[in-house]
Amino acid sequence: MSGHDEHLDERTDEAIDESRRRFMLGSALVVSFSMLPGVKALAQKVIADEGAAVHIGKATQALAGSLKTNPYLDSWIRIDRAGKVTVYTGKVELGTGVRTALLQIAAEELAMAPALITFLTADTGASPDEGLTAGSHTIADSGSALLNASAQVRGLLVDAAAKRFGIRSNVLTVRDSVIKAPDGRSMTYGEAVGLVDLHRMAAPVSPLTNPAAFHVIGTSLPRVDIPRKVTGGVSYVQDMLMPGMVHARVVMPPVYEARLLQANTADVLKMPGVMKVVRNGSMLAVVANGEWQAVQAQRLLAAGSQWSAGRALPDPATVHRDLATLCTQQIEIANTHSATATAVKTLGAKYTKRYMMHGSIGASCALALFKDGAMTVWTHSQGVYPLRDGLAEMLSMPKDSIRCIHVEGSGCYGHNGADDVAAHAALIAREMEGKPVRVQWMREQEHTWDHYTPAMVTEVKASLDAGGNIVDWNYALWSSSHNERIVNAGRLIPAQLLEKPFAPAPSVPMVQPEGGGDRNGIPLYALPNMHVMNNFSPTMPLHTSAMRSLGAHMNVFSIETFMDELAAAAGADPVEFRLRHMQDPRARDAIRLAAEKFGWPRPPRKRNHGVGFAFARYKNLMAYVAIAVEISVVPETGQVILEHAEAAVDAGQIVNPDGIRNQIEGGVIQSASWTLYEELQFDTNRIRSFDWSSYPILRFSAVPRSVKVHLIDRPGTPFLGAAEASMGPTAGALGNAIFDATGKRLRDMPLAGDSLRA
Amino acid sequence: MTRKSGLLAAGGVTIVAALAVALLLMWKPAIAPVSPPAQDAFDARTKLAGARVVALGDCIVCHTAKGGKPFAGGLPLVTPFGTIYATNITPDVKTGIGAWSLEAFTRAMRHGVARDGHLLYPAFPYVHFTRISDDDIAAAYAYLMTREPIDATPPANQLMFPLNFRPLLAFWNVLFLRPGAQPPDASKDVEWNRGKLLVDGLGHCASCHSPLNAIGGEKSGHAFDGGIVDGWEAPALNAPGAAPKPWTKEQLVAYLRTGRASEHGAAAGPMLPVTRDLATVPEADVRSIATYLLSIQKPHAVSGAEATRAASTVGSPEAQRGAMLFAASCAQCHGPAAPMQSIGERPTLAFSTAVNAATPRNAIQMILSGNGWHGEDSMNYMPAFAQIYNDQQIADLASYIRAAYSQRGPWTDVEAAVVKVRKENNAR
Amino acid sequence: MINLTVNGVQHALDIDPSTPLLYALRNDLQLHGAKFGCGLGQCGACTVIVDGEAAFSCLIPVGSIGRKPVRTIEGLGTIEHPGPLQKAFIEHQAVQCGYCIAGMIMRAQALLDRNPRPTERELLEHMEPNLCRCGTHTRILAAIREVAHLQAADAPRENPPLAASPGGAQ
Repeated sequence: MSGHDEHLDERTDEAIDESRRRFMLGSALVVSFSMLPGVKALAQKVIADEGAAVHIGKATQALAGSLKTNPYLDSWIRIDRAGKVTVYTGKVELGTGVRTALLQIAAEELAMAPALITFLTADTGASPDEGLTAGSHTIADSGSALLNASAQVRGLLVDAAAKRFGIRSNVLTVRDSVIKAPDGRSMTYGEAVGLVDLHRMAAPVSPLTNPAAFHVIGTSLPRVDIPRKVTGGVSYVQDMLMPGMVHARVVMPPVYEARLLQANTADVLKMPGVMKVVRNGSMLAVVANGEWQAVQAQRLLAAGSQWSAGRALPDPATVHRDLATLCTQQIEIANTHSATATAVKTLGAKYTKRYMMHGSIGASCALALFKDGAMTVWTHSQGVYPLRDGLAEMLSMPKDSIRCIHVEGSGCYGHNGADDVAAHAALIAREMEGKPVRVQWMREQEHTWDHYTPAMVTEVKASLDAGGNIVDWNYALWSSSHNERIVNAGRLIPAQLLEKPFAPAPSVPMVQPEGGGDRNGIPLYALPNMHVMNNFSPTMPLHTSAMRSLGAHMNVFSIETFMDELAAAAGADPVEFRLRHMQDPRARDAIRLAAEKFGWPRPPRKRNHGVGFAFARYKNLMAYVAIAVEISVVPETGQVILEHAEAAVDAGQIVNPDGIRNQIEGGVIQSASWTLYEELQFDTNRIRSFDWSSYPILRFSAVPRSVKVHLIDRPGTPFLGAAEASMGPTAGALGNAIFDATGKRLRDMPLAGDSLRA
Repeated sequence: MTRKSGLLAAGGVTIVAALAVALLLMWKPAIAPVSPPAQDAFDARTKLAGARVVALGDCIVCHTAKGGKPFAGGLPLVTPFGTIYATNITPDVKTGIGAWSLEAFTRAMRHGVARDGHLLYPAFPYVHFTRISDDDIAAAYAYLMTREPIDATPPANQLMFPLNFRPLLAFWNVLFLRPGAQPPDASKDVEWNRGKLLVDGLGHCASCHSPLNAIGGEKSGHAFDGGIVDGWEAPALNAPGAAPKPWTKEQLVAYLRTGRASEHGAAAGPMLPVTRDLATVPEADVRSIATYLLSIQKPHAVSGAEATRAASTVGSPEAQRGAMLFAASCAQCHGPAAPMQSIGERPTLAFSTAVNAATPRNAIQMILSGNGWHGEDSMNYMPAFAQIYNDQQIADLASYIRAAYSQRGPWTDVEAAVVKVRKENNAR
Repeated sequence: MINLTVNGVQHALDIDPSTPLLYALRNDLQLHGAKFGCGLGQCGACTVIVDGEAAFSCLIPVGSIGRKPVRTIEGLGTIEHPGPLQKAFIEHQAVQCGYCIAGMIMRAQALLDRNPRPTERELLEHMEPNLCRCGTHTRILAAIREVAHLQAADAPRENPPLAASPGGAQ
């Protein structure tokens, strides 16, 4: 398992040339720490989010965001003598708008118009290694890095100009990459960069712009990618066409661990346009000149291939019961004690969630080219560096010979088939040397080989004192892994199918404060005598991994609907009850704002209508979201419609207000679909959700009439990730609204349907 | 008195008597309106029983407009006599049945008479509902009276003269209505009897699955011989040779509850909503329906349509066109080893009743209209091709499917059938 | 040889007549707007307009189109000169990942071509065949409403559409 400190050493080695080495010896103190052998001994695990744990050396711990792992300024910003400014991020655009938001951050601190910057996203051949774009870390980590790196670069250029001009830096102004002196002298960035070596480590302190003076950050700059997307331009990896490109389709096993016994290769080779059938163990693919030819060949190959029985899947009826035995690791994540008044009432509840899928609209796709001993892969993977490392191991190639370039795909919402199809593309490209190979997964493959979000069970028990205050809180959750990211080749499904298969690294629980299944398992409320247990299953009956907000969706659903039950038992209004137990002032502000905008408490509801409220701070670290919803229920069918939602969001320093609103609105609607409708169909033989009819998601007929997002602006405070922050609160608010409408306390997702017929 | 005058007098009395009888038949008294019962006037068990009755009767299917609130009426029912709009049967006082007492509701169900005395059109199948028990009627009343009252007036009916004169229905009723609950047949077991009552009563299956005569009554002696509704063939329920594979009880139960069964095609058109309702009633009800239906099968007669397939036309231009269309439009779901079959366990088209039917009507309707989305209950979804293909293309495709998947001889005049079906659909 | 008229331009393509229009557009004509989402006619990412009707290009063989005009999103406008719907989508930032959007716009365009002032109910029913997973629905509708001169969504609905309407024949 590779840690980032190794990468640091590698980059240092390859980046240093003789002239730089001389320069750097001048700042030997700073450099030498990072080159000390045994630096790992000083390392400290910092971010343990999805993927591999990240070790930060002492030398860089004080740096902002991803500067900790990529401290060199010129990893982020390069300026050539002509003045062309290129900014790099190790994060990727998933459709969340971060490409634009990060660009705004860089543009603000570089004091230049966004349109003048060439902004490039993750590419193992060029960008910093920021691991995965996941966990709502992008603005916090990459944004902070860019904020500081840009400010420092600007500062260095201004200082260099000042030195050349023989004046003080603070009388110079910068606008659109031109540095101006009061006497009219000026110097472009292109001229100034010749006086500065940007290959230096960032400093812990940056000459940041006063947030009150921001004119790019904090504005709803229209997303730079949207105009092309609405006019049909090439925007996705699926759109890429390269000269000589061939089309491939794969045939997947019917179920986990089924082995390929026989394939009708000879018949398929006779089909028009078919160039090759690639088989390596149970990995099976067909390559053709044209896309339609590949599709038709795949149909025949799928019809004619024979497989062994494979592994039995669990019985859906016992999934939740079985978690009790499968979860062999007990991890206590909270255990607090304090004196309280006597408990007079104790309530308990149990909640369940079924397996769900990411359901990306665009099935996963990748291109790969193997030429002159080098493999290039164009992929919509969330993590090109971990993918590159996994491919290197799978192909037995040196890492340097593989380059993974991120190109957008459709929304992935976590760990979907992107990495797996990239592995397919690399394997097939290796058999088609010199030809770019495009592999497109089919819809049933995207559905049946998804890394589902795990089924979960939660149990909560809490007591109230005579005054209606919570005096103890006991919470437990059961789940398999939410984090099966590519930390070795064996995590790539095609690698598991090879003649010499790779085994996936063992599943390990994610640690707090980020958490996996236990994400948001610790309420933000001030609860005395709080005990929270994370029961982790290292085995996965179905393939599972990360999906937008991980365990937070379920934990916040459980906590927030239970808070309503406690409020009712205490005879209190749900919002007032939450405020009673919430000390975090920003949380209180968000709760009050959402309630105010919604008009809480509401006058008596129309028949079959209900209102509900919920709150959470994502991971207790990131954005605060409070939401109030109104729903209607059709008792004849059990249909639930989210009519209207008002959300209040505190995301710290706002970079692009409309971008945050877009993400929160989308999260509310997506979470409504999950919470009300979605469950994976399967039986002991195989996954049965193979298309949209067997896994229906919310359509226009059920769309909310309005979703309004109100942002609380906190200038100058750290960026707080918001993209996943509305999933849990929406679920909680829906559960509470359903109770208000029907008197039924539903604790088993999906909530709509037969249980609501009346 | 002379013989002639005696006859005249007798004739006069007869005429007067007949007029009196006619008046008695045609004009029914109003039943006094009541205040709508309180929402808590009925206990949960009765309401639950009522939900079952209403689901078995498929009330919601006709009495809900597309995109409208449940039971609020407004759905147009196209008949050979014009268009009738389903009434609002929510407990709204002004526009629904909120002022109807149980007595008025019972009279409607058994005799086809509205509260205020006007006669209801037999598009409302009271000739069948008349057979159900008082308990079931009372339960249905409880369920309907506890729905959300909706203020909605359906559009005015558009019926041709003189059928827009409701009292004439009295004579129709004389011919076709046998009012009263249906007593069980002591020689048969409980399940069969329950099935017969469900089929003949609430299920009103014969309304669709029987041929109708010129005045819209079910042809006597031809119950379950098949009919046409909304342009779809409602297949004969008593003809075991209609489907390429015989129906087993388990398959029939599965079909009625899910719209799908192994070895048979999917429910579509007007039958699909029926299966949605039957999914909500106790399985025992559906099992008894299946028991009864399987008991009314006529002896299997090999018809001409079952003759072995005509000589292959694989190379003909029509067949090639059909193959091209199938490859692009159908094969991804209906082709060999397509995921819908291998994973979704849907049967091959070879087992479809529509594909094997004597006429291409249902196959054409299926291709034209598909099965639309229906929220989370969308397992039978199929896209529609009416706008994508012209008549010849639909005919080519239907003929191709017949040749590729059926052992029976080819359909004739398929394109003419497509033209006809489309015209009917557009007129509706 | 297959002759297609796409966005007013005639093309002669030497391809298999059973090729779904989607692949001909993307690979042979380099028109990338229409997307592969499912290939089953279930998601609408491939939606184009054929002879005035919104259609799933993943299901239509090129050999069946004949002289019927095909319109794709590229034919509605460019980045420099976007058409009304494209402009509205940009103004409303009615895009998250954007993969479904070309299909959404073509679907909406087909409605507005036939009926420039649809009702809210007609709009929702018309858009039903197209899926969005990111949850951009409210913005998509807001953008279309603007071009259709429909009042805003949170105006009271006279008769809101029933999501699972069981009424009537399919």
